[in-house]
Amino acid sequence: MLTVVKQGWSTFKSIFTGMGITIRHFFGPSVTLQYPDEKMELPENSRAKLYVNIDDCIGCFLCARACPVNCIDIETAPATADVDLGKTSTGNPKRFWLTRFDIDMAKCMYCDLCVHPCPTNCIYMVPDYEYSEFDRSNLIYSFSNLVPEQVADVKEKAEAEAEEKKRQREEMQKAKAEAARKKKEMEAKKEEERSEKDGKEKGRAPSKPENDGGE
Amino acid sequence: MIELISDTGERREMTINMGPQHPSTHGVLRLELVLDGEIIKKVKPHIGYLHRCFEKYAEEVGDYAKVIPYTDRMDYVSAMNQEHGYVLALERMLELELPERVEHIRVIVAEMQRIASHLLGIGAFGLDLGAFSPFLYLFTEREKILDIFEKISGARLLYNYMAVGGLMRDVHPEFKTDVAEFVKTFRPKIKELDDLLSYNRIFIKRTANVGVLPVEVALNYAASGPVLRGSGMKWDLRRNDPYSIYDRFEFDIPVGEGEMGTLGDCWDRYIVRVREMEQSLRIIEQALDSMPDEGDVMQAIPKRIRMKEGEVYVRTESPRGELGYFIASNNSASPHRVKARAPSFVHLCLLPAISKGSLIADMVAIVGSIDIVLGEVDR
Amino acid sequence: MTTLLNIPLVIHLALPLTIILVYALVAIWGERKVAGFIQDRLGPMRVGGWHGWAQSIADLLKLIQKEDIIPANSSRFLFKFAPFMMFAASYAAFAVIPFSSGYIGSNINIGVFYLLAVTSVLTLSIIMAAWASNNKWSLLGGMRSAAQMVSYEIPTIATVLTVIVVSGSLNLMTVTEMQSGNDILGFLPNWFIFQNPFLIVAFVIFFISILAESHRVPFDLPESESELVAGYQTEYSGMRWAMFMLAEYADMLLLSLLGAVLFFGGWNSPFGDFMSGPLWGFFWFMLKGLLLVFVMMWIRWTLPRYRVDQLMHICWSILIPLSFINLILVALWELIF
Repeated sequence: MLTVVKQGWSTFKSIFTGMGITIRHFFGPSVTLQYPDEKMELPENSRAKLYVNIDDCIGCFLCARACPVNCIDIETAPATADVDLGKTSTGNPKRFWLTRFDIDMAKCMYCDLCVHPCPTNCIYMVPDYEYSEFDRSNLIYSFSNLVPEQVADVKEKAEAEAEEKKRQREEMQKAKAEAARKKKEMEAKKEEERSEKDGKEKGRAPSKPENDGGE
Repeated sequence: MIELISDTGERREMTINMGPQHPSTHGVLRLELVLDGEIIKKVKPHIGYLHRCFEKYAEEVGDYAKVIPYTDRMDYVSAMNQEHGYVLALERMLELELPERVEHIRVIVAEMQRIASHLLGIGAFGLDLGAFSPFLYLFTEREKILDIFEKISGARLLYNYMAVGGLMRDVHPEFKTDVAEFVKTFRPKIKELDDLLSYNRIFIKRTANVGVLPVEVALNYAASGPVLRGSGMKWDLRRNDPYSIYDRFEFDIPVGEGEMGTLGDCWDRYIVRVREMEQSLRIIEQALDSMPDEGDVMQAIPKRIRMKEGEVYVRTESPRGELGYFIASNNSASPHRVKARAPSFVHLCLLPAISKGSLIADMVAIVGSIDIVLGEVDR
Repeated sequence: MTTLLNIPLVIHLALPLTIILVYALVAIWGERKVAGFIQDRLGPMRVGGWHGWAQSIADLLKLIQKEDIIPANSSRFLFKFAPFMMFAASYAAFAVIPFSSGYIGSNINIGVFYLLAVTSVLTLSIIMAAWASNNKWSLLGGMRSAAQMVSYEIPTIATVLTVIVVSGSLNLMTVTEMQSGNDILGFLPNWFIFQNPFLIVAFVIFFISILAESHRVPFDLPESESELVAGYQTEYSGMRWAMFMLAEYADMLLLSLLGAVLFFGGWNSPFGDFMSGPLWGFFWFMLKGLLLVFVMMWIRWTLPRYRVDQLMHICWSILIPLSFINLILVALWELIF
């Protein structure tokens, strides 16, 4: 009987202690923010959205390779000899047009792994978190600053130059091969002459070297 | 009409599905209960609703560092501890020497994460038993920890903060004062929690003598962490197998004593978590005192992780228990095999053993008291 | 030939209904605000301007528009009928509540008896809903609630009896009128709770019992959301679910008002003749009832809930013996003084 009374008393006591705490909170201030009206200040280095400063990008693909979910899609075209793309703010020379630099924020998991390898610190996270979309494709952010015509132009130029270079290389190779052939012919002649001198028969001349390597 | 009650068996039993959309299964756990009235005859946990192929992914991803964000997502409530375990394993394999500052920051954030995780675990436990307000009071405190984490790492939940050989970023200059401020304001909140929930008679009635886990059973099932300590076993890897710099700090290991009922009941497991938070505060204070103010946290980070052939198993004390990472390397860019020993999975296996013969309401209390995170169970 | 429009009947029908509906809208909003404030939040803030006062109206509009889902294997008629029966039971009980000195729905001599009899239909409708849903969670919730309500009706009735012993009347209007005046210790109103020390004990028991009767924490087992999903309401949606909600809040108010009549002087002003009269009476009466409702909400957001066996234990081995002992003590006190 006494234990029942004691237990009942301690139950009531603990209930009233609890109610005392909750009523203190009832009159206490609220800790929440009324979101769309007031917004939380995010710290400077908050990881909420990826941003690329495309002027500083040198197209090295390190971020795309570091990404665990492959959400960074880069395509580059080498700059032609007549264009100087200048240097990044960190002093690295730029050698590539960035014809495509897409980040799919629907895939991104905000892990920060792409930020660290960047040699020019041009890809980083910004504290901007209000970018919901109704259509998933709107979450693909294109950072390339070239318009499609430019892209085509740049690609064409780069291709033309590549073609040109290839041609030059081929020519060079041809010339080299020609020179080698002539040299060999000369040698062969000499040999022939020598063999003729020796009164012996000579084998076939060396065949023409293949020149289509690199196609 | 669907047959509601089967006539088979000696007693008329009812099979009922608890989850995966049940409010108190902490995620997507599905429990198949066989009931006699409200008394549980049999429990069968079904898992796998959150399976994301962690181990296969780690072997295929092609880089040791790319696995770290994934470890965050295993136990998303204590991401820092998960990262800590994984990077410690890699560092042991690489035999890296870490700067003092890195070790101190790691210990501080790991202990803060332990507090944050326990706050959620305790709060959700109270919520399962119908006490709604303590849950939100504890969430307020957890938010403060997450705010500090956001300042240092940039993210609130999945940090990817620890890197092999260091940290991804240095802490902000006011880190020490922020943490000290938190420690100061948090102590009185534990007292408030005690008044509101821990020593509330209704709460004690609901948890004492419920889900009793004897220490032998716990050991047989390889339980660890608060679940094992709740059964009265003094076993804490921070003390018994010290990693990082835990051997330098003074702290107690709270164990269950059966104060309110039987040793190893839900209340013991609960109170162990509450008392562990106090001990974590002690560790944080000591670490703050001895933490060097200057130093580069990224100097030891290797450019490219190249493992030599070999195996390593490193176990750490995560808030839920022994978290082990087994990594086998065959000298390629990605691990040959990664195995995570997740404490939640082990504790979920305990469930049928300790819930037989209890009521449905007890089932909820037991699931809450072993504090599982399904991300870690299913991996 | 009587007119088709029977004015008094319309008033008697419409007045309590208006009070209940307005109260339910306010109470649901209030519950959320109380929860918010207790939990360091603000609760609804956007709908309607000031502190989101129109939130329940918006919710009601949403619920009306929702699809009326009836489970395929349910017992259709009972499933559809149960919520209305539940609300009807709560609503009918308001007939004998004296809202002010000038208004009571039906001034009958067996008021208390009628009220207790009608509210026991609630149990029936809950079991009906639970069984008709053909859902195991609903069934468990329904069985729990049947056991709980039947058990807790006994201490409720026993404590109501103690008041009847003091008042000697079952008519709630008479009971209220007996509590007029400020004579105790010269300033305290003549409310029953101050008249007799054992009636304080009776009130505590009564309050615990009505918490259980109206399924409030710590006795909200029939719909305990973390155990039984939503208990007997699991399969209900839209307007039918809203009817349950309405009936539940109406039940809360009904029992609180009953407590106000029996222990706190009903529509009597706490200051004697000051601020008295039919309209003030209505104000005081609702204030007392709503205060009790507030305490119920306050308890709800503080405590965890009991387990079903503990609930039964509290009722059968503590509250029932205590309430009967208390009844005898009250009777003795009345006999002696």
